[in-house]
Amino acid sequence: MTTLALTGSPLWYASRAGGTLALVLLTATVVLGIASGGRAAPRRIGRFEIGLLHRDLSLLTLVFLVVHVVTAVLDPYVHLGWAVSVVPFGASYRPLWLGLGTAALDLLLAVLLTSALRLRLGVRRWKAVHWLAYAAWPLALFHGAGAGTDTRLPLQLWLYAGCLAAVVAAVWWRLAKAGPGRVAGRLLAATAATSVPVVLGAFLVAGPLQPGWAQSAAAATLSLGGAR
Amino acid sequence: MTRIRNLRVDRLACTGRGLCAELLPELIGLDEWGYPVLKDRTVPAHLRAHARRAVTACPRLALHLDRVRP
Amino acid sequence: MNRPVPPLRPDGHGAPPPGGPGDVRLLADWYATGRPATLADHLERHGPPPVTAADGSPPSVPLVEAVEAAGLTGRGGAGFPTARKLRAVAGRRRRAVVVVNAMESEPASRKDQFLLAVAPHLVLDGAVLAASAVGADTVHVCLPRDRPAQYRRMDAALDERRRARLDRVRLLAHALPHTYVSSESTALVHWLNGGPARPQGGPPGNRERGVDRRPTLVSNAETLAHLALIARHGPGWFRRLGTGDEPGTLLVTVAGAVADPGVLEAASGTPLATLLGRAGGPTEPLGAVLLGGFAGTWLRAEHLHTPLTRRDLAPLGAAPGAGVLVALPRSACALTETARLLGYLAAQSARQCGPCRLGLPAVAEDFTVLATGRADQVLLSRLRHRTALLPDRGACRHPDGAARLAASALDAFAEDVGHHLAHGPCPAARRPPRIPVPPATPPETWR
Repeated sequence: MTTLALTGSPLWYASRAGGTLALVLLTATVVLGIASGGRAAPRRIGRFEIGLLHRDLSLLTLVFLVVHVVTAVLDPYVHLGWAVSVVPFGASYRPLWLGLGTAALDLLLAVLLTSALRLRLGVRRWKAVHWLAYAAWPLALFHGAGAGTDTRLPLQLWLYAGCLAAVVAAVWWRLAKAGPGRVAGRLLAATAATSVPVVLGAFLVAGPLQPGWAQSAAAATLSLGGAR
Repeated sequence: MTRIRNLRVDRLACTGRGLCAELLPELIGLDEWGYPVLKDRTVPAHLRAHARRAVTACPRLALHLDRVRP
Repeated sequence: MNRPVPPLRPDGHGAPPPGGPGDVRLLADWYATGRPATLADHLERHGPPPVTAADGSPPSVPLVEAVEAAGLTGRGGAGFPTARKLRAVAGRRRRAVVVVNAMESEPASRKDQFLLAVAPHLVLDGAVLAASAVGADTVHVCLPRDRPAQYRRMDAALDERRRARLDRVRLLAHALPHTYVSSESTALVHWLNGGPARPQGGPPGNRERGVDRRPTLVSNAETLAHLALIARHGPGWFRRLGTGDEPGTLLVTVAGAVADPGVLEAASGTPLATLLGRAGGPTEPLGAVLLGGFAGTWLRAEHLHTPLTRRDLAPLGAAPGAGVLVALPRSACALTETARLLGYLAAQSARQCGPCRLGLPAVAEDFTVLATGRADQVLLSRLRHRTALLPDRGACRHPDGAARLAASALDAFAEDVGHHLAHGPCPAARRPPRIPVPPATPPETWR
């Protein structure tokens, strides 16, 4: 079994830590966003405080994402160019799984940029882009599971389980609190939320948790991006 | 000559979340259903920063601060 | 208006301006002939709309100045100065659009329907003249879908004009869903733009960005008919009737406990009692009148000597509104009638804004409890509080109107309120209601 490798470049440690922290912070951001979107009013904390917390967590996520990306690119062990940070599926190392992370980062940058300019954009355009965050989060999760080197560690698996549980619980809580109407959209949300852990679980069992995964992952490409 | 700033709620956008009343209770109250009641439209100079914060905090971007020529 | 206004060039037909015995102008032809005016009748009596003079040049006095000098104000209920509206739309760069508001969503009002039935071409002339004044190339006539006969007649009238090649602008008729708020000007424009007929608020308003994002003039049908006559006979003629501040005539629908309910034309400033007299007089002793429409105000019978002007009615908290006067007999229960009106108004909300969607039905419910004699002082205070929170908190003035009605009822019938609180419902509350109110059901469609 794989043990926590204590040898290797400090940049690699920083990248793993940064990535994991970013995922946890992103999960917290998303959970707060889901929970505060409905009509339910918090009791002991102000609504504006939750809003500020949501915003601050998203900024912290960005900070650790930057650490994660910069250290990964600088790490001599894998040859990644700077373009990889924003152009998906073009990497030479596990291009598919890395690409998911790049895509997630792109979406998050779009969300952050539009949020900064939301007063100019108007609520409709701002909200439309903001919904992309719902796509960014599972992308980040699959990126971590597929491209991460710690996927097999029980601690990491528990972490993924925790993030999944938090988001799914938040979605179900929000749906439960909601009033009547909009059945179609809500059914879609419920199914999507439940399907993410199922698909991730299946992927993990079939993929990274199988022996020999790392080698096949290195070779896996997307016909679009393509590696060497 | 200081310009006057007036509060305006876009009633079509507002869904009664209430963040504005939390951040500017001097000028904005809430009715029994959680929708804003403007106690006073004009924002005095000492509350202007709070008013701007309330405008930014609204998740529906329903609160506006209009510049009015006196 | 200190500058003397030069006379308009004659229309070439030499027809004397309307305004013989009585205050009849818009309805003059109707009273003279007893039948609706065809295009031929109209042209013979009034001539073509003086968009240009006989030699094709523009009229010597721009229409906007004439309307301003005449002091014409909107007849749709709001009473906004028409010249100011014309100037606002004309002053913008893009090509404008004119919308004729012939919806008449006020259930108690009949004046616009009547005017369109007997003198449609006066209304259409006004629209065409307004179009030339603001630089518009299209006129949209908005009619309610549930009056198919009226729509057919309008279609026929437009056809007549097209065959006679009378107008240089394009005139189109539309059949809109008929709800109480669909006749609001931003609702009309939104429907014309392809959306539901729900008020859209602002800024910017219709005058800046309306149909196809173009500056749009939305005007009531009756207002345009007056405009058509001012263009021919001048502001001086218009000012010969009415008061100095509020000149001209207006159409009034008189209904309720009168012998001859219907639409009549009266000079501004006519006392309300005179209007009731011209409608045959009260059939039984009156307790009060409802003035302005469902979203209007109650006036006790002792105020019936008041002239029909904004200035005289304002101290009583009332206004002419859409020219509706409903006479309520003393034997009726005004609180029950008001509760039914509020129920209707609540059901007709566009349900877009929280204060109207939630607050207005709550007021209607509380009022019903009061009218059925099950209320206590706590409920009454709550009713007053909720009513005070309705005005100026929606995208349109629908909740304001309902609040006005409720507050005026509590004020005018304070004695009855006290009686209902202390002794339960009055005997009149159990009798059939006197004011016809459509069913309080939400609209089926907005599109």
